[in-house]
Amino acid sequence: MLAYLIRRLLYAIPILIGVNLLTFALFFVVNTPDDMARMQLGVKRVTPEAIEKWKQQRGYDKPLFINSAATSTAQITDTVFWNKSVSMFVFDFGYSDDGRSIRREIATRMTPSLAIALPTFLIGLMVYVSFALLMTLFRATMFDLVGVTLCVVLMSISGLFYIIGGQFLVSKLWHLVPISGYAGGMDGIKFVVLPIVVGVIGGIGSSSRWYRTIFIEEMGKDYVRTARAKGLSELRVLFTHVLKNAMIPILTGVVVVIPLLFMGSLLTESFFGIPGLGSYTIDAINAQDFSVVRAMVFLGSVLYIVGLILTDVSYTVVDPRVRLQ
Amino acid sequence: MNFIPVILWSDALVFLLVAACITTTMYVRKREHLLLPWRRVAQSSMAMVSLSVLSLFLLVGLLDTLHFRVALPQTNGTEQVYSPEVLSVFDKLVEPLRIQTEKTYSAPLAMALYAKESRTTTNGEIERDYPRLRFGGAHLTDHSQYKADVVRRILLGLLSGLLVGVLLALVVNRLFKQQAVFIATITLVTVVSIIVSLATGYHVFGTDKVGQDVLYLSLKSIRTGLIIGTVTTLVTLPLALFLGVAAGYFRGWVDDVIQYIYTVLSSIPSVLLIAAAVLMMQVTIDTHPEWFETSAARADMRLVALCLILGLTSWTGLCRLLRGETLKMREMEYIQAAQSFGVSSMRILTRHIMPNVMHIILIALVMDFSGLVLAEAVLSYVGVGVDPSMISFGTMINGARLEMGREPMVWWALASAFSFMLVLVLAANLFADAVRDAFDPRLNRTGG
Repeated sequence: MLAYLIRRLLYAIPILIGVNLLTFALFFVVNTPDDMARMQLGVKRVTPEAIEKWKQQRGYDKPLFINSAATSTAQITDTVFWNKSVSMFVFDFGYSDDGRSIRREIATRMTPSLAIALPTFLIGLMVYVSFALLMTLFRATMFDLVGVTLCVVLMSISGLFYIIGGQFLVSKLWHLVPISGYAGGMDGIKFVVLPIVVGVIGGIGSSSRWYRTIFIEEMGKDYVRTARAKGLSELRVLFTHVLKNAMIPILTGVVVVIPLLFMGSLLTESFFGIPGLGSYTIDAINAQDFSVVRAMVFLGSVLYIVGLILTDVSYTVVDPRVRLQ
Repeated sequence: MNFIPVILWSDALVFLLVAACITTTMYVRKREHLLLPWRRVAQSSMAMVSLSVLSLFLLVGLLDTLHFRVALPQTNGTEQVYSPEVLSVFDKLVEPLRIQTEKTYSAPLAMALYAKESRTTTNGEIERDYPRLRFGGAHLTDHSQYKADVVRRILLGLLSGLLVGVLLALVVNRLFKQQAVFIATITLVTVVSIIVSLATGYHVFGTDKVGQDVLYLSLKSIRTGLIIGTVTTLVTLPLALFLGVAAGYFRGWVDDVIQYIYTVLSSIPSVLLIAAAVLMMQVTIDTHPEWFETSAARADMRLVALCLILGLTSWTGLCRLLRGETLKMREMEYIQAAQSFGVSSMRILTRHIMPNVMHIILIALVMDFSGLVLAEAVLSYVGVGVDPSMISFGTMINGARLEMGREPMVWWALASAFSFMLVLVLAANLFADAVRDAFDPRLNRTGG
């Protein structure tokens, strides 16, 4: 198990190097730092001095890969590639355009993101799986038909509609909770309720349908017939046999997203004014703060890889046949 | 009237897609085994009803793809100059909607503006009142005629719609003998006819902040949505197909390299990757203004680039699927037989493997379509979508979002953007389901 984990972590390194090179190419090779400076300072009236100053402030004035002016190791370390890219492996993301440390910003913004994302994830999982189990239990009846149709309609509605509609109905019409904002501790509850509810409702359509497909597929297998032949009730079959066996496909889709919960949701956070990582990313995109976007891309892929490893580990928990070697 | 046709990049790609569709249809028509699943699709009434809705959207989108520029009035002896504004055939068809703009917001079917204005009466006093619209209900002299006029227009639309609808449905019924299609055709035609009948006198869905007709904006958004949903597949398909099949068939280092590429790409959360790529694309476009003749060309280039980026970031799922399928398939007897006869790898891939994964590709493509239409709205909201000057569902929602706080509320732009999107995506989803059911070999079929 331990050896397997270490090997998986080692496998992650080339992938992260790939991600790093990709973002580096995207941000520094496709467009030169000069282009970015010209874009940020306004295309028309821009002097070469202003561009130089902009580059110097952000440390983009160095050579890309090899600094021939420097000596020994500084030839490699005193370059844009080393400072902006290699340093990300130790989670040193540098500074954003307004001069704050990106690492500290990420650390403080994680909690609000989690406060929304974690309950949404847990409640959502319970709701979706229960709804899907109900539809499976009553399959090929009116309930199932209505349920599936409802799912298709719900998944055809834009995610923006759930947020705008929820804010309008609950906050503006009924005055139940504030429209947006955030506070730490117990005061925060009234701010997080609506985003969580909206998040759960928004996912019902596609997720419940997906779980229903998994359950229905399991229902057609031989062990279900055996269980029924033994005289077990349909409920027993569904809950003790099918649910357990459907764990593997469920976990495949679910565990991967757990680490990504840290990243928060872009839309929800920006609409509800929650100072999490999602709204941080959106603000950075709007302000064209390239260093923050680059940091978030790297962080996102690290978390995704962690999620993949967790998925493999979770298989061993639910299925004793799986051994990681 | 003089004009020159303009073919934007996205137009060219749409024409390519249409040509591809026609060729495929011609090819499939002659082959019974390929036609069979499509017959099953045609038997499903759900599929045919959604197809008729979709074809209405497609018609609007295609008409909106034929672009041209009108010649400006010529002064003597000078060279012919064309207007910088790029119009489409669709713009020309609904010209009143496009040019009859009001001052600012007005509610659906309203006769007066949304906000009060001061004006001087004949006796020189100043009074505040809702000013009449320039075009909406302008044919009425008095407010008392309003109700009768609206009812008259609805009835007129209903009657003519029923008439035309039944005639059209009779024609359609010769092709698909289905009750549902018959009813759907009549309903669709009637709805369109009522809207047309109202739109000749009013702004059916109101007007937006700068007084543009919301119905016009919603109809123009259809093309953007369709392009995002379809042109993206032009990028996804070849990448996923060639890399996926090659990885599964050749294994070894080819497989390692391709797996490495798609693991790297898919390990970056897609929104972030798209955002990063779009930001960079924006820098390129903004620093090279000289590349584009008109602003429409620039907005269009951005749309095509967005499709390209969406395609480059979303081929990995399909690629993984195809690789798995090919891995299974290369162990089958008929492939091994072909190999032992000395058939070349290229020939095995194109003659034996690719035809057998086509159903997976088709299912994946129709399933992806609705997701892409929805993604466009979200991306435009985040600020990494289409050009702000391009009319799309995303820019409509983005513009109308801030007006929810007004009192009384301005809800019509949001409502119509969301409803047009819902109808399009729902029809696409239902059609995709039917296609999947018809093509998926894993499903048990009785009498199929």
